[in-house]
Amino acid sequence: MHRRGVGAGAIAKKKLAEMSKQLETFKSNLEEFASKHKQEIRKSSQFRVQFQEMCATIGVDPLASGKGFWSEMLGVGDFYYELGVQIIEVCLALKHRNGGLITLDELHHRVLKGRGKFAQDVSQDDLVRAIKKLKVMGNGFGMIPVGGSYLVQSVPAELNMDHTVVLQLAEKKGYVSVSEIRESLKWERERACHVLDHLLKEGLAWLDSQASGEPQYWLPALFSELTSRDVTPEEANQITP
Amino acid sequence: MDRFTWSNGLLEMNETLVIQQRGVKLYDGEDKAKLDVGIALLSTHQLIWRDLKNHECCIAIPLSQIIYFEEQAAGIGKSQDPILLNFLKERLTEELSQKRWESTPMSQPIPTATNSQTGRTRAVGIVGIERKIEERRKETEKNISEVRREIRWRETRAKEMVELSRSIANKIKDKQGDITEDETIRFKSYLLSMGIANPVTRETHGSGTHYHLQLAKQLGDILLAPLEERGGMMALTEVYCLVNRARGMELLSPEDLVNACKMFESLKQPLRLRIFDSGVMVVQLQSHSEEEMISSALDNVTDKGSLTAEEFAKLLGLSVLLSKERLLLAEKMGHLCRDDSVEGLRFYPNLFNSQA
Repeated sequence: MHRRGVGAGAIAKKKLAEMSKQLETFKSNLEEFASKHKQEIRKSSQFRVQFQEMCATIGVDPLASGKGFWSEMLGVGDFYYELGVQIIEVCLALKHRNGGLITLDELHHRVLKGRGKFAQDVSQDDLVRAIKKLKVMGNGFGMIPVGGSYLVQSVPAELNMDHTVVLQLAEKKGYVSVSEIRESLKWERERACHVLDHLLKEGLAWLDSQASGEPQYWLPALFSELTSRDVTPEEANQITP
Repeated sequence: MDRFTWSNGLLEMNETLVIQQRGVKLYDGEDKAKLDVGIALLSTHQLIWRDLKNHECCIAIPLSQIIYFEEQAAGIGKSQDPILLNFLKERLTEELSQKRWESTPMSQPIPTATNSQTGRTRAVGIVGIERKIEERRKETEKNISEVRREIRWRETRAKEMVELSRSIANKIKDKQGDITEDETIRFKSYLLSMGIANPVTRETHGSGTHYHLQLAKQLGDILLAPLEERGGMMALTEVYCLVNRARGMELLSPEDLVNACKMFESLKQPLRLRIFDSGVMVVQLQSHSEEEMISSALDNVTDKGSLTAEEFAKLLGLSVLLSKERLLLAEKMGHLCRDDSVEGLRFYPNLFNSQA
């Protein structure tokens, strides 16, 4: 006769059964919650923030899988995953111009425009969360803190701290020069040039060699006036890098 | 302790006293609060504590704000009757679950300014719009605080489950006990449902759940044609957009996609997930071998003398990202050389190789 052990094995099995039961209860609990509040999640970005914070406290990630309870019952997943698609598309469309770097503001503006009049409210917090999820797909999605907000990177360009700091410096005017870098950051000329060259190569910066004084390095990602007029890919190819 | 507020200790009209307990000491975390021995009163709406020595000193906490409570071993010099304390605990649990405070609110809501204007004609123009916005905001806030309460209650349940899942996961990791393969798979699907990170994942085989297995099979079918059109390779973000746009509903999460793609190999699908040195992840057709890709890169570059990633992309109809990866691969294998300048990255045939 096989005797069920009282050791660790039995405990684990018992725990698993308990978890299964608890999961069922939790699931029906969540269904009740969802029936009352599903609309809120879709409509209110404020609500979504609260919800996400709660999940973070508990230690669950409601966006991990489309097959998760949160996704299936509350529809949180679809909201963020679709947003992810829109973010990728906007970044791709503008990459030829800004090299794969865009301000969170501009991204927000364009995503809202793409969604149309009747679409739901999308906040910058929503975008940030969607972008965090996109990172797992390895396409270099990242966020660089600049001037109180963020630059969203959508290409796997290597950007170390030196590059980031120069981007932050350029944020105020949209461009930066070698002497500015030397003055503000107290760097050697070599170091400043090295960083600027890298940004040029990656297509993140454009060189204005005709500027009065010394050459200026402009960052299309930081242009605000250009958002009104789009440069087509054909036009972009004709512009000498 | 900061949820407690000063109170007059009197019960409201709709409130009922459930139980009271003498000789209760209040502790603020580890140190004793300035308050000492008193009476604890449990009503349908709040938990009140009144100082025995100084009757004026009375604080209360609404039951709706109690998220979690636990029993702690009584300190030195037990002045409390353990049986009564147990009873208090039981009644508290009961009150918390019944939530009678919800059905009988303590005070009437204060009439808002808008109510007093029901006699007026409907406001138009900017003022009307502003008012609508304000009403909606108040409505949302009300909903949010309502929902917040409901969330709090479920938070504890969820936390318990996370704890439980962790201990199970540890047992599986340490290979304690005789959990079967089936049970492990079942456990992983529980984790998936809850959105709990799985500490038992084996990187090479993804999450190992049935859901992702099915998904991998589906992807194997859906992606064949698009991959052929795009030269046998697609960036994972491209796949993500393609698949989700086609689905319209019940979209895949980025993690779902990655986990499913990781299973291609074990399912013997004609696709593979591949990660380049740069971190870029692609899905590629098995049939498009490495050698083919490299020789095609070499041929094209030799043909044109030199190529940048953008030029190569235009030639093949690929994305710039992927054409760059191919050129880098060919370089890594020693067939191409790079010319790296501010004008861009350009590749030439490696003459050291061919003219050695």
